[in-house]
Amino acid sequence: MTSLPKTPSPKRLGLVIDLDTCVGCHACATNCKEWNAGGVSAPLTDINAYQAEQRGVWFNRVFTYEAGGCGADARTVHFPKNCLHCEKPDCVTVCPTGASYKRAEDGIVLIDHDRCIGCKLCSWACPYGAREFDEVEGVMKKCTLCIDKIYNETLPEAERVPACVSTCPTGARHFGDFNDPESRVSRLTRERGGFDLAPETGYQPTSKYLPPRRQRADGPARLEPAEAAASGLLRWVDRMLSR
Amino acid sequence: MFPAASVILFTTASGAGLGLLAWLALLALLGLAPATTAFGLTAFGLALGMLSLGLMSSIFHLGRPERALKALTQWRSSWLAREGVAALATYAATGPFALGWIVLNRTDSAFAFAAAASLAMSLTTIFCTAMIYASLKPIRQWSNRWTAPVYLLLAAASGGLLVVDLTSVMGGFRPAFGFAAAALVVISAAAKLAYWRHTDAEPPRSTLATATGLASFGSVRLLEQPHTEENFIMREMGFRIARKHAAKLRRLAIVLLFVAPGLLIVAATLLAGVSTAATAGLALLATLCAALGLGVERWLFFAQATHVSMLYYGRAP
Repeated sequence: MTSLPKTPSPKRLGLVIDLDTCVGCHACATNCKEWNAGGVSAPLTDINAYQAEQRGVWFNRVFTYEAGGCGADARTVHFPKNCLHCEKPDCVTVCPTGASYKRAEDGIVLIDHDRCIGCKLCSWACPYGAREFDEVEGVMKKCTLCIDKIYNETLPEAERVPACVSTCPTGARHFGDFNDPESRVSRLTRERGGFDLAPETGYQPTSKYLPPRRQRADGPARLEPAEAAASGLLRWVDRMLSR
Repeated sequence: MFPAASVILFTTASGAGLGLLAWLALLALLGLAPATTAFGLTAFGLALGMLSLGLMSSIFHLGRPERALKALTQWRSSWLAREGVAALATYAATGPFALGWIVLNRTDSAFAFAAAASLAMSLTTIFCTAMIYASLKPIRQWSNRWTAPVYLLLAAASGGLLVVDLTSVMGGFRPAFGFAAAALVVISAAAKLAYWRHTDAEPPRSTLATATGLASFGSVRLLEQPHTEENFIMREMGFRIARKHAAKLRRLAIVLLFVAPGLLIVAATLLAGVSTAATAGLALLATLCAALGLGVERWLFFAQATHVSMLYYGRAP
């Protein structure tokens, strides 16, 4: 069913991505590819994998932006982006086959690969560019929030988080239930001013981003230019040396 | 958005076929139908042929065409599914309508009822096709109030030109058909110009600053792409046409789709009492021009459509 669940889901699982601590190492993207190439989304095909013009399906891609002034006055912001598991995902409602759906129990947006006809309309409907076409399989693929990992009872409990979260070396990615006001993701969103990407599109993303922390109000410390001493011994030395 | 040939063919051919079906039904309801077997075979063959060509083209655009029937299931939420269901209903309504016309040469009583259903379903199908595009919020050149009227009017104008072709070649032409077709060409020109005026004037709804949420830090610029090679999203959404070429193609579309067919069809109509051959020749020329113009118009509809996701890749809004 591509109609959205009628009642709000008891759980709203999603990610918090901390733009302050992300260092842009691409580990999340790499570990995502590694896990999902063997999980429910497998195969996550690549074409020309070992030659020029490589292309393939990735659920997570890390951009880098510069914000503010020039040079030292600018902020470099590493920006991982994957499906945000929106509350109002048009990618689901536009699907003609019922392959795309939003789970009633936890709000995760998924694709049933056996029903997908590969019309690509869902990728057109996503403002975040989160859905990709698998050319080999002829179907759409997307981030599953590692549904085969987070509910996997054969894994130790601490590992039941999405692959991008468990691998992040700086702890910039957090996973949890936004319906629980005391979950880490809810608290981080509350305390650090978590925000939605492109809120004007009206998709109401579940996953939030935390803004980079502000620098000192007077800007970063700078080296002062060398100047001639105005008085005292140094001024006398300056004069002697200037002769 | 990438202007795939299959989708351009789908929207233009099925639009013209459905427009012709709507016209045939309207003529039947008004009692103006040249209800002969030869005319019926040709007209319904052309209309259903174009509709089927368009639908087949869209099906072969799929990654998994063998599962196409699944696309009829989600009509509650999806305009694409609604379009599929409406297209099948159009075939169902047109069946008895066409049989009455072709076999019994009748378009009255029960056949008139089928004609009315065919008219309603043809227009509904065109509207659903338009809404597939008009419902996509990340593409502001599509999700606006002008997309659906332009699709409906261009389909009706295409059908009108085809009716003038058929009646002037096979008999049954009336000046009213010519003037109605010309009027539809003029009205669709006005709607398309209003569409272009709207999309040119509307400021971008999203920017990289809103897309990244970093507006409070000042201007936001892309520093590094996420990867070195082009990905699916960039190929599908990142198509771009040079502004100077777009302006030229737009002028070409205006001439081929509106100016030339409008003048030719009026000339054809005025010459109807003088020479049937001249009328038929001019009408066919008008349709040829309009077909080429419609191809350019639809190509631009895709090529000039911008997608919010491209902001993340550094495309200016």
